[in-house]
Amino acid sequence: MRGNNVLGLIFSNVHEEKVRELTENRTMGSVPFGGRYCLIDFPLSNMVNSGINKVGVVTKGNYQSLMDHLGSGKAWDLSRKREGLFLLPPFEGESVNGNSRVESLSCAQAFLQNSKEEYVLLTDSDTVCNIDYGDVLAQHVKTRADITVICRCGRLPDKICGPTVYTVGPDGRVRDLLVNPRTEGECCYGMGMMLIRRELLIRLVDDCVSRNLYNFERDLLQRNIPNYRVFSYEFKGFAKIICSGVAYFEANMALMLPDVRAQLFDPSRPIYTRVRDDMPARYGLGASVSNSLIADGCVIDGEVRNSVLSRGVRVGKGTVVENCVILQDSVVRPDSRLNYVIADKDVLIKNGRSLLGFESYPVYIAKGSVV
Amino acid sequence: MLLAGGQGSRLGVLTRNLAKPAIPYGGKYRIIDFPLSNCVNSGIECVGVLTQYQPLVLNEYIGSGQPWDLDSTNAGVRVLPPYQRSRKSDWYKGTANAIYQNIPYIERYHPDYVIVLSGDHIYKMDYSKMIAFHKEKEADCTIAEIEVPMEEARRFGILNTNEDGSVYEFDEKPRVPKSNRASMGIYVFTWSKLRKYLEADEADPKSSNDFGKDVLPAMLKAGERIFAYPFEGYWKDVGTIGSLWESNMDLLDPNVPLDLGEENWKIYCRNPVMPPHYIAKSAKVQNSLIAEGSNVYGTIDFTVLFSGVSIAPGAVVRDSIIMPNTRIEENAVVQYAIVAENCVIGKGASVGARPEDIENKEEWGVAVVGDGCVIPPGAEIPPKAMIDRDRLEERVGKNARK
Repeated sequence: MRGNNVLGLIFSNVHEEKVRELTENRTMGSVPFGGRYCLIDFPLSNMVNSGINKVGVVTKGNYQSLMDHLGSGKAWDLSRKREGLFLLPPFEGESVNGNSRVESLSCAQAFLQNSKEEYVLLTDSDTVCNIDYGDVLAQHVKTRADITVICRCGRLPDKICGPTVYTVGPDGRVRDLLVNPRTEGECCYGMGMMLIRRELLIRLVDDCVSRNLYNFERDLLQRNIPNYRVFSYEFKGFAKIICSGVAYFEANMALMLPDVRAQLFDPSRPIYTRVRDDMPARYGLGASVSNSLIADGCVIDGEVRNSVLSRGVRVGKGTVVENCVILQDSVVRPDSRLNYVIADKDVLIKNGRSLLGFESYPVYIAKGSVV
Repeated sequence: MLLAGGQGSRLGVLTRNLAKPAIPYGGKYRIIDFPLSNCVNSGIECVGVLTQYQPLVLNEYIGSGQPWDLDSTNAGVRVLPPYQRSRKSDWYKGTANAIYQNIPYIERYHPDYVIVLSGDHIYKMDYSKMIAFHKEKEADCTIAEIEVPMEEARRFGILNTNEDGSVYEFDEKPRVPKSNRASMGIYVFTWSKLRKYLEADEADPKSSNDFGKDVLPAMLKAGERIFAYPFEGYWKDVGTIGSLWESNMDLLDPNVPLDLGEENWKIYCRNPVMPPHYIAKSAKVQNSLIAEGSNVYGTIDFTVLFSGVSIAPGAVVRDSIIMPNTRIEENAVVQYAIVAENCVIGKGASVGARPEDIENKEEWGVAVVGDGCVIPPGAEIPPKAMIDRDRLEERVGKNARK
């Protein structure tokens, strides 16, 4: 177990403003994805698969659905006597500063201090990928780094929220960090994940708080680049940052590609999620499905094309669902037409309705709506 | 007490390495999920599973009982294999002997009633109603019964009852059945009574230690109060290849009253950790049940696909059951077949046939491919055939010599 000496820390609320509709009643981490997952399943499973068995989940607000999803952590094998899953909600009375990640960390001081692991892996929950943190740790140790930031090289994704762009030397050492710069062409940008020595993290957070500096990227990272050995680890596999409604839609659609599925759902590094005990999906007479991802519990009597259907979705006879993401337990009654629609949980679309969006602007239907 | 030790020899290659209750069913379940889920849904939180034949898969599957919520502190599910004692150790000699050997287990919980179940039936039943019936009738034993077609009655244990529902005769597989009310193999006993009869049965050297053959007739003879509890709904014995196949196909028939999607009577199981299944552009899927983790590029009709199955482009699967992690390659045709776990059906191979295409109906039957078989490309597996890994090697060897 390579990651045994690493403590996991997941921020479940970051960048929620970017997918406002989906996060109205939930955290970023509990945004449903890919037919049966929530976004937090990816960092959690990645950590567990890398041998990390103590994970703290930092929450800020709206975390009811997240707690409901995580439960005791059993689904990720994190329901343990020693170590396991820890929920870290905020303390009352702290002032709210713009980017409060430093604040969250200072709230989690006790958790950090009481842990015995040498390193801490910090990650956001808005990135869908299957990454082996064991490799990151190996590089971190090899380069004798103080901080290793995980990044990707390429064009910045559209509408990405306050990206951190790194200037990296040939030895992989980070020379400079810019927050939200104007970029042209390819660059090296952060994926919201980093590995750091636990004691160093505690010290840097204390330092920031004592100076009333609360911006994680600028105050904790940027300010300290000259003082510490900061290295970058480039992740080359499939990754998609959910930084807008369109990105969310595209990330779902990317799952139709066999290569993406093979990388993301590698059977040797499975993505775990909460079990729901649905029956297998049932296809009726006259069902016609092509290029779609369908979860358990669906009952399909109509036509489905290029869509992702979550658990328990029903598609009636004569209905055409095309280029859609339909979330848990939504029902599309007979003779309706849906194109480029994101339907949240428990939506009911009655007989004969017609909803048309566009690729760059999918129609979003809020949780529990009746159309 | 769930009797799960039977070999299920009529299921042939399917039960070679697997006890019958562990056989996959309905896309993601195993047969034992049905009695276990029925217990939990009926409020029975203390279940003993008696195992004997090939228990490895079953033991691993049941584990702590967590998927059925049977991992509580003071109750829960216990796997009970036969064990060595200071005097007279033995295998389970019969159904009654299996319970007899576990009297110490039952006594730990001081029950008033014991329900004896078997692990080879597909049904949803509220046992709490049956137990209430048992109490109301002040019975010593209550046997669940179901109406079967008269022509099939000969295959079952038939209960002949008086007007008040009490049983006066128990006919095990009668040649000329007097009624079509068959025993479902579900018994509720008043524990103090059962214990007495089990001990008496054990003391009788001539007894075959079976509930149907020995214990119930003995109770009847002694004039104990035995009642039949009528059950209405779907119930199927899946002890044969034919009935296992039919029972899976029943899930695809909207007119059959067995709904696994029912919110208030869920069937729980150990879920595979796999992404949702993918249906490709080239695929045609109708009248089927598909579990997560499958990839379908071919044509599927009236088929139950388990998790992790892949169907290549051009492959056709009809009226069949494909168990977990099996791969059907390009242009293979599978019809009226049960293909077990981890098999590969090679390119252009054909397994089974439609009854319409066979002249001599006697030769037709569901073809069965045992677990781990690799059917070579272009090979033909006739209907009614039963292939396991050893026999397949023999056959391939013979063809090579030719």
